Amino acid sequence: MVYFILKRLFQSIFVMLAVAFLSFSLFRFVGDPVSQMTGVETTVEDRERLREELGLNDPFLFQFARFTGDLLQGDFGYSYRTRQPVAEMIADRIPATLELGTVALIISLLVGIPAGVYTALNPRGFVTQSILLTTLVGVSIPTFVIGIMLIFLFGVQLGWLPTFGRGGTVQIGGWTSSLFTVEGWRALILPAFTLGVYQLTLTMRLVRAEMMEVMRSDYILFATARGIPWRRLHFRHALANTMVPVITIIGLQFGGVIAFSIVTESVFQWPGMGLLFLESIRFVDIPVMGVYLVVIAFFFVLVNLAVDLLYIAIDPRLRVKEAA
Amino acid sequence: MLDVQGLTVRFPSRHGDFTAIEGVSLSVNPGEIHGLVGESGAGKSTIGAAVIGLLQPPGYIAEGTMTLGDVDLRNLTAAQAHQMRGARISMIFQDPQTSLNPLMTVEDQLIETIQAHEDISTSDARTRAIELLEEIGIKQAATRIKAYPHQFSGGMRQRVVIALALCTNPELIIADEPTTALDVAVQSQVLDLIKRLAQTRGIGFILITHDIGVIAQITDNVTVLRGGKVMEHGPTERVLRAPEHPYTKALMDAVPRLDKRVERFLVPESDVVKVASPAGLTGADAEAWLLDGVQQGGADLEMKDVTVRFAGTRTSLWTKPEPFVALDSVSMQVRPGTVMGLVGESGSGKSTMAKVITGLVSPAEGQMTLAGDPLPAAKQRPRDHVSRRLIQMVFQDPYSSLNARHRIGEILSEPLWLYGLEPDAARRRQISAAMLDLVGLSADSIDRYPHQFSGGQRQRIAVARALLARPRFLICDEPTSALDVSIQAQVLNLLKDLQARFGLTILFISHNLAVVRQMSDDITVLRNGKVVEAQRSEAFFTAPKADYARELLQLTPAITF
Repeated sequence: MVYFILKRLFQSIFVMLAVAFLSFSLFRFVGDPVSQMTGVETTVEDRERLREELGLNDPFLFQFARFTGDLLQGDFGYSYRTRQPVAEMIADRIPATLELGTVALIISLLVGIPAGVYTALNPRGFVTQSILLTTLVGVSIPTFVIGIMLIFLFGVQLGWLPTFGRGGTVQIGGWTSSLFTVEGWRALILPAFTLGVYQLTLTMRLVRAEMMEVMRSDYILFATARGIPWRRLHFRHALANTMVPVITIIGLQFGGVIAFSIVTESVFQWPGMGLLFLESIRFVDIPVMGVYLVVIAFFFVLVNLAVDLLYIAIDPRLRVKEAA
Repeated sequence: MLDVQGLTVRFPSRHGDFTAIEGVSLSVNPGEIHGLVGESGAGKSTIGAAVIGLLQPPGYIAEGTMTLGDVDLRNLTAAQAHQMRGARISMIFQDPQTSLNPLMTVEDQLIETIQAHEDISTSDARTRAIELLEEIGIKQAATRIKAYPHQFSGGMRQRVVIALALCTNPELIIADEPTTALDVAVQSQVLDLIKRLAQTRGIGFILITHDIGVIAQITDNVTVLRGGKVMEHGPTERVLRAPEHPYTKALMDAVPRLDKRVERFLVPESDVVKVASPAGLTGADAEAWLLDGVQQGGADLEMKDVTVRFAGTRTSLWTKPEPFVALDSVSMQVRPGTVMGLVGESGSGKSTMAKVITGLVSPAEGQMTLAGDPLPAAKQRPRDHVSRRLIQMVFQDPYSSLNARHRIGEILSEPLWLYGLEPDAARRRQISAAMLDLVGLSADSIDRYPHQFSGGQRQRIAVARALLARPRFLICDEPTSALDVSIQAQVLNLLKDLQARFGLTILFISHNLAVVRQMSDDITVLRNGKVVEAQRSEAFFTAPKADYARELLQLTPAITF
């Protein structure tokens, strides 16, 4: 168990190093940093001095080591565009993206799992067929179209919900949260739903397929033959076994939701990391892009580690074999 | 107690209803073990499913009556039927590996089952569960009950399954092939347990099996089924000693006997309509072709002190995992042109032997020679080494050993081009067709796909494929354990014929001693990766030397009538 976690952590270090390297290459090789920092009137001597001061003449590996060391110490450098420390900019934006992603995930699970169970247990019912058809339409439409349609319907036509921004926010420590005001929730609901709709469909279809498979298994048949009450049979026996494979996909998807909330954030002008990334691309703000990459990779690694631990918690077969 | 009259079950399909069982009547009294025997497709399991009300939709009961005590089983609402399951009728399934929920402890599963049918506190239920586990022979039940199913061995797991079926004190238990997935030693323990429960608790059992040995060992009455109809029924001793129906007789003849060796099994003539091969080649031509190639006859094989280790599972960060020793300095000598039977329970290293010889697993130590030439270990054996052709294999499961997306023609001609035996494609096809004829299949099978054949036919195809490499050493790894007895008899006959005609050397791996007796000239008994006994077959069966071998022989269910 401890060994397993250590092994995973060890692997994660390599993943992070690889991403740091990528981010560093971006920083170092996409254009000349000095010419991006300075104007046309800077003299060649000044440029050369700057180059020496910034250590750009040092050997490549040495530079990479310094870059990684700075990252580890929380020194993420400065943005070309705003001249702010990148760490601050990202820290400002992280809460918005995390809240959006988490609420989207919760919506997708709260709707997706029950819907999956229902459609698996009543595979031929009218309701099942309608749900399957609707969700099929749901995934076929691109996220931004759904977002725009929702804005049009609820924001413009009905005027119930705001169409952009985070609404009312509360400052808790360094965390700007929109979860504690009614306005904040009103602003959150549309983008969260838009972001979660794809994941919802995926969860539902996965749960449905897995559950139907599990319901055909011997142990469910045996439990039926023992007269275990249906409720318990479905939710205790079948659902737990269904969740083992489903969790992996949900975990991977959650990483994806955080990383690729760019589209939704831009449609709703949601001040999260995705929007920051878009702006950085527009201004070729390489330090921000590099750090964004590292942060997102870190989330992926974290989520995957959490998924592995959840796996162990659910499935006793994965725990280290005790003396049998 | 249970009374079934004129039961007919139908499955609707596009081409009209398919009648799975027709007019079956049987009755089970308290304490009686009633055997249902028949080959696959006989409808044994369907009867069990109908009684407990778990017929797979769209199957339905078309006619007949079923009563348990004073309850009409056909006249229950869905809720009543579900309440009845477990409380009065319960079931034991074939494979203990899959019939327990892997995510719940044995304790949770037992307690929930007891509480599903009785208003009883959790601690009382736990006490009863522990008592029950002890009664059926699980030691230290109070602590073992906290374990998960995967922490029990196969036999223990089947006991847990039995405990689960038993914990609500049902009157009738339907046991569907309860011992098929178990080793002989464990099988006999589980059968004894069933017998004891029937006697002490007065539970009626319906024992569904394809194994006449099991029927002979513990049942009181038996019903012989074929194609969904009752062929014969009556007290087990009478039916097995003096079968009246020709089918029962044929079935009895097809069962390999442990107590004597027969030259050929009596099997009803196969009703395959022979179609002449398109190229006009027949089995005789295939035979000539084979004889042409195997003029040297079978090759002898010698293994000396072969040891195989597998990496163990790592349990700690600092200590190196203990390797698992699959074969522990095993020596074996197979004489040319003879059949060596390799016997042992699961996990004894039988299949590892096959893998070492075929070069799929590298031994850590030891030497092997084939026909006098050294046989390199897997890692050193080149892909084009001659032994890759000389040694061929027939696998256990004919459903997964043939590529489902290849036609039979492609499957059979593969060894011909792979080993460069036949450069001409048309000629390859002719030889393949002729080989099909030789193994008793119609030559027009060549354009079909594997799924269009039955298990026995597929195993014939697998044999044909092995022969097309012109092998001198054939390894058969449990070639008949997935087949029905009558099909098994046919395949064994085929192997015997081929061996006699071509003087092949065969390594015949099986856990079934009766089958091995019919096939082999010599015998090697393996246990935990070590050779326990090795000697001539007849001598072994009349007077085994090792205690373990004797024990194995005693435990094998035999038809003694």
